[in-house]
Amino acid sequence: MAKQFVKGNEAVVKGAILAGCRAYYGYPITPASEIAHAAAQYMPLVGGTFLQAESEIAAINMVYGAAGTGIRAMTASSGPGFSLKQEGMSYLAGAELPCVVVDIMRGGPGLGNIAPEQGDYHQVVKGGGHGNYKNIVLAPNSAQEMCDLTILAFDLADKYRNPAVVLADGFIGQMMEPVDFPEPVTDFAEKTWAVRGVDRDRKNLISSIELDPDDLERHNQKLQQKYAIIENAETRFEEYRVEDAEYVVVGYGIVSRMVHTAIDQLRDEGVKVGMLRPITLSPFPRKRLAELASLKLVKAFSVIELSNGQMVDDVRLAVNGEKPVEFYGRMGGNVPSIKELVHEIKRMMRVL
Amino acid sequence: MSVKILGKSAAFYDTYERRPGSNQEQTHYCPGCGHGILHKLIAEALLDYGVAENSVFISPVGCSVFAYYYFNAGNIQAAHGRAPAVATGVKRALPESIVISYQGDGDLAAIGGNEILHAANRGEAMTVFFVNNAIYGMTGGQMAPTTLIGQKTTTTPYGRTLQNEGYPIRMAEIISNLESPVYVERVMMADTRSINAARKAVRKGIKNQIEKKGFSFIEVLSTCPTGWKMSAPQSQEWIKTTLSENFPLGVYKDVADQVEPLNLEQNLATPARVPKLLGLDQDNMSFDDSEMKLAANIDQEIKISGFGGQGVLSLGIWLSEIGMRENLEVSWIPSYGPEMRGGTANCHVKLSNRSIGSPLVTHPTILVAMNRPSLEKFEEDVVEGGAIIWDSTLIDVEPARKDIVNIPVPATQIAKEIGNTRISNVVLLGVLSGFSDFLDPMVVQRVLPLIFKKKHLLEINLKAFQKGLELGKEINN
Repeated sequence: MAKQFVKGNEAVVKGAILAGCRAYYGYPITPASEIAHAAAQYMPLVGGTFLQAESEIAAINMVYGAAGTGIRAMTASSGPGFSLKQEGMSYLAGAELPCVVVDIMRGGPGLGNIAPEQGDYHQVVKGGGHGNYKNIVLAPNSAQEMCDLTILAFDLADKYRNPAVVLADGFIGQMMEPVDFPEPVTDFAEKTWAVRGVDRDRKNLISSIELDPDDLERHNQKLQQKYAIIENAETRFEEYRVEDAEYVVVGYGIVSRMVHTAIDQLRDEGVKVGMLRPITLSPFPRKRLAELASLKLVKAFSVIELSNGQMVDDVRLAVNGEKPVEFYGRMGGNVPSIKELVHEIKRMMRVL
Repeated sequence: MSVKILGKSAAFYDTYERRPGSNQEQTHYCPGCGHGILHKLIAEALLDYGVAENSVFISPVGCSVFAYYYFNAGNIQAAHGRAPAVATGVKRALPESIVISYQGDGDLAAIGGNEILHAANRGEAMTVFFVNNAIYGMTGGQMAPTTLIGQKTTTTPYGRTLQNEGYPIRMAEIISNLESPVYVERVMMADTRSINAARKAVRKGIKNQIEKKGFSFIEVLSTCPTGWKMSAPQSQEWIKTTLSENFPLGVYKDVADQVEPLNLEQNLATPARVPKLLGLDQDNMSFDDSEMKLAANIDQEIKISGFGGQGVLSLGIWLSEIGMRENLEVSWIPSYGPEMRGGTANCHVKLSNRSIGSPLVTHPTILVAMNRPSLEKFEEDVVEGGAIIWDSTLIDVEPARKDIVNIPVPATQIAKEIGNTRISNVVLLGVLSGFSDFLDPMVVQRVLPLIFKKKHLLEINLKAFQKGLELGKEINN
C-alpha cells in the first residue's frame, strides 16, 4: 500500500475506513475539523454515511444509534465538543456499545483557544460523564499512529463492547507526516447483540437502564470486571532509554516527541534519563510505573504535560510514594521549547 | 374494529419478561393512561403491515422508557430527548428497517427540541409518535413545554404563567412548517371515535415509512390521570374540552402521495475496494539511495514564512513530499494557534536521516522569508551558520546577521517574468534545491508532475524551478 504524506486528522479517517467504519457523524470544531472534511470526502465513496449533525450531542447519539445496529461508527471533536458529548459517552458505556470518538485537544477551559493542549485528560480518561464507567483511551504521537491507533480503537471497542477514544492534541492532528497505510481489515467478529431490524435480533435490547439496585449493581460489577480484563490485556506503552535511566520522564502525545529530543540532549550531557510514553491512557500503564518505581536505579519521575497536571495524578498513584514525582506543564496553547524542557527536567531532577 | 384494537397484537411479547416483578401480563402504565392505547395502535399496525420483525423501536426517557418491555421488535433505549438522533443513526445504517421514535412532550419539545427539529428538517425516513399529555408524568407531574397557561403542576404550583414560562409550544404546527416532512397530523385519544382517527394516523405514519416516503410526525393528545389528578373519564373529557382546544386537531401537512419514494439503497464498498477508493493504490514513487546525490547526514529544520496566499504552506508540503521520496524522515506543521496572527502564515519542516522528535522548528537551519515581517520576526532565531533565503523583490531590507548565509532571491520578479507571480514559491524551491545538498534536482523534477497534474501548470512550474535551480547552483559556487 502507498506511503502518503498526510495530516494526522486525515490519517484518522483513512485508518477508520480501512478498519471498516462506514458511518461518521460529527460537528465542525477547530482543530479537529479536517477529520470531518476527510470523512465528508471519503465516506460517500465507500458507500458509508457522513452527516454533519445539528450539534455535538446529536452527533454522539447518532453514533449510539449506528453502533447499536452493529456497524463501525465514529465521531470526532475537540474539548468543548467532547464536553457536550459526555452524556452520550456515559450512555454508550452503560449500554456497552462499541464506537470510536476522536478528541483533538485545544486550549481551555471555556472557549479557550484553538492551540494544542492536553487539558482533556481528566474528562476523557476518568470517564467524564455520569456513572461508574471508563473509556478505552489511546494516545497517538504521530500521523502514523493516528491511523494505526484509530484502527486499534475500533478493534478494541468491538472486542470489549466499549467506547474507545483516540486522544490527541492539536499538533498531532495538524501535523503532516508520511503514513504507511495498512491493508483493510477484513475479519469482523459477529455482533450477536446488535439490533438490525431482522427477526433473529428481536430479542436484542440496547439499553442502559436497570431499575432494580441489585441488577444495576451487577451490571456495574460486570463493567468493572471488564475494565480489569482490559487493563491486563491491553495496556500499551513505549519506553525510550529507560534501561539504565536514573530519571524517568512520563509524557504522551506531542509532549513525548519533545521529551524524546530533550532526552537525547540530556544523554549527551551524561544525564541518565529515559522516558515512558503511555500509548493507552486508559488502561494506564500503572503496573510498569510501579515496577520502575521499585527499581533501586530509578531515583525520581517527572511528568510533563500541556496541562495543569492531570496525568501526573495517575503517575503518583502508580508510584505510590516510592519515589518523588515532579511535574512541569504549559497551558493556554503554549508548548515548551526543547531548551526549556532540558532545563526543566534538570531542575526537577535536581541535578543543576 | 374495536375488538382488534383492544386485543393483544403479536407485535407485543406474550409475557413481558423484561418487566421486573411478578406482574408480567400487564403494562406498567397507570389506569386511564394513553400510552397503552397508543402502544396497541402501533403494534397492530406493525403486525398488519407485516413489518414487526423489521422494526426498531426507540424508547425515550419518560413513562414510555419501558416500551421495550412490550414491543416484540428490535429495541433501543435512548437518552432524554435524543431519540430522533439515535433513530437517525439506526435508519441510516438500516434503511430497510422501520424505525420508530416514540417520545413524550418533555423529551421531544423541551430537552430534545433541537434533535426533533433537525431530524424533521433532514426528512429522515422515520416515523415519530409524539405523546402530548401536557405534563411530565414519570418524574412527578412537572410542567411540560405543552402545559397550558394556568395549569397547575408540581413546578407551576400557582399555574403556568405567560410571564414566567411563556406559551405552550405547538409542535405539529412547527414541524409542518418545515419543507421535508411528508405527513404531520395531530390526533387525540379521548373516546372511541377519536381513537379510531388516531389509529388511522398511526397506520399512515408507518405506511409512509414502508413506502420510503420520508418523515412522518403524529402528535397524540393523550391522558395522564395521575399527573392531572383526575379520574380516567375526567381526563378524557379534559382532552376533549380543553387540551384539544389549545392544540387543534387535524392534518397539518400531507404530501406523501405527491412525493417520490426516497432512494435509500446502500452501496457499501467491500474491504478489497477500499484502498483504491481512498487513493492508496496510487503511484508509490521512491528512489534508491544510489540514484540520488544527497549529503550523508541530513538534519534540516526549515521555517517558511510569508503572507497568506504566497504558497508558504504548499512550499513546505512540497519539501516534505520530496524528502519522503528521498527516504528521509520528514514532518510538516503549519503555523497554528497563538502564532497565527495578522494574515501571516508560516510552517515548520523537518528533514532528517534520524527519526524526528518534536516537529516544531524553533531554531531553523534555513529560513525562507517571503515578506518583510517574516524576515524581521524570525531572523534572530536562525542557527549560526544557517541560511536565510529571502524574496528581494518584496523585502526592502537586508538581514542584519553576519553569521548566516545571506541569499537574496528576486523570486517574485522571476515568477512575474515567467508569467505568474504566484509561482514565486517554486522559484524558491529551485534555489533551495540548487543551493542545498538535501533536495536532489532529479527527484524534485520527478515529484513535480505528481503535484502539478495539469500540463500547462506543470510547464510553467518546471520553468520556475529551473530558473531557481540555476540561481541556487550559482550561489553554491
